[in-house]
Amino acid sequence: MSKPLIDLIAEAKRDNQPGRLTEAVPYARFMGLSMHHVAGELLGRLTYADMLVGNPALPALHGGAIGALLESTAIFQLLWEAETVVLPKTIGITVEYLRSGRPVDTWARGILTRQGRRVANVRVEAWQDDRVRPIAIAHSHFLIVPGPDGEEGASA
Amino acid sequence: MINRQFHTVVPHNRALGLEIAELGDGDARMRLPYSPDLVGNPDTGVLHGGAITSLMDACCGAAVFMRLTMPVPIATLDLRIDYLRPADPGRDVLAHASCFRITRNVAFVRGVAYHDDEDDPVAAAAGTFMLATSPGRTRSKP
Repeated sequence: MSKPLIDLIAEAKRDNQPGRLTEAVPYARFMGLSMHHVAGELLGRLTYADMLVGNPALPALHGGAIGALLESTAIFQLLWEAETVVLPKTIGITVEYLRSGRPVDTWARGILTRQGRRVANVRVEAWQDDRVRPIAIAHSHFLIVPGPDGEEGASA
Repeated sequence: MINRQFHTVVPHNRALGLEIAELGDGDARMRLPYSPDLVGNPDTGVLHGGAITSLMDACCGAAVFMRLTMPVPIATLDLRIDYLRPADPGRDVLAHASCFRITRNVAFVRGVAYHDDEDDPVAAAAGTFMLATSPGRTRSKP
C-alpha cells in the first residue's frame, strides 16, 4: 500500500508541489480536481468534462460538482496553510450558488478565515472566466483535532 | 424507466452511478453506490464529502420536481450539508429528501443521507431551489 495521506501531504508541502495533494485522492482524480500555484496563490481547478454536467439543456455544471470543488479547495488550503497532524474532517459546508456553471474550467480560492485549536473556518469562492463574477461561494468549517471518539466529520 | 431518463438527462448523476430508489409527492430517495473512485481518504476508504454533496443536491432537486405539477427547470440557490459522522467504507449511501414548502419562485427542501436507518444519518442537508418562471406550476395542497 502507499504511504498514509498525511505523509504525502507533508512531502508535497516540503517540495512545494500542491499538485501532489490531489493525485493522492481517488475522488479528486475521478472529478478532474487539481491544485495549482498561480501568481503566488493556491488555486483549485475543476477541469471541464462532460460528465460534470447537471443540466444538459443550458448546459450547466452539476451543483454537486461545484460543491466538490469548493470543499476540496477548502480542505487543501487548510492542509497547505495550517500545521495539522491529522486530516481535517468536514463538519459542515454551506454553498451559495450565484450563477450557473458554464461548461468550461472552474477555479476556486480558499481563505482560512479563522483557525482555532479545534475548528478551522474556510471561505471559498469559485469562478470561471471572470474572477469578480463568482459562480459560487462556500462557508465551511473543519475539525482539526481527533475527536474524543474519532467520530465527528465525514470526509477527509 | 425513470432511472434511464434520469441518467440520460443528468450526466454527472450517471457518472456517480446515482440511482432513484423511490419517488413520492414532494419526496425522493436515491442511492449512491460505493465506489473506490469516490474515496476522499485513501487511508480509510471513506467517501469524499463532494460525492455526498452531489447525492444530496440531486435528491433534494428530485424532491422539488416531485412537488411540481408542470416540469420547469430548477436551480440550486443554496445547499447546506452537515456531516454528522463518517460514512462506512464499502457501503452504499442512501438519501431521502422532502420538499416541505414551495412558492411561486422558491422551493425549500431538507434531507438526510444514511446507510440503513434514516434516524441514524451520516449527513443532513437543507437547501433552497429557484424555479424557472412559468404559470400554473405548484400543486395545491389541501
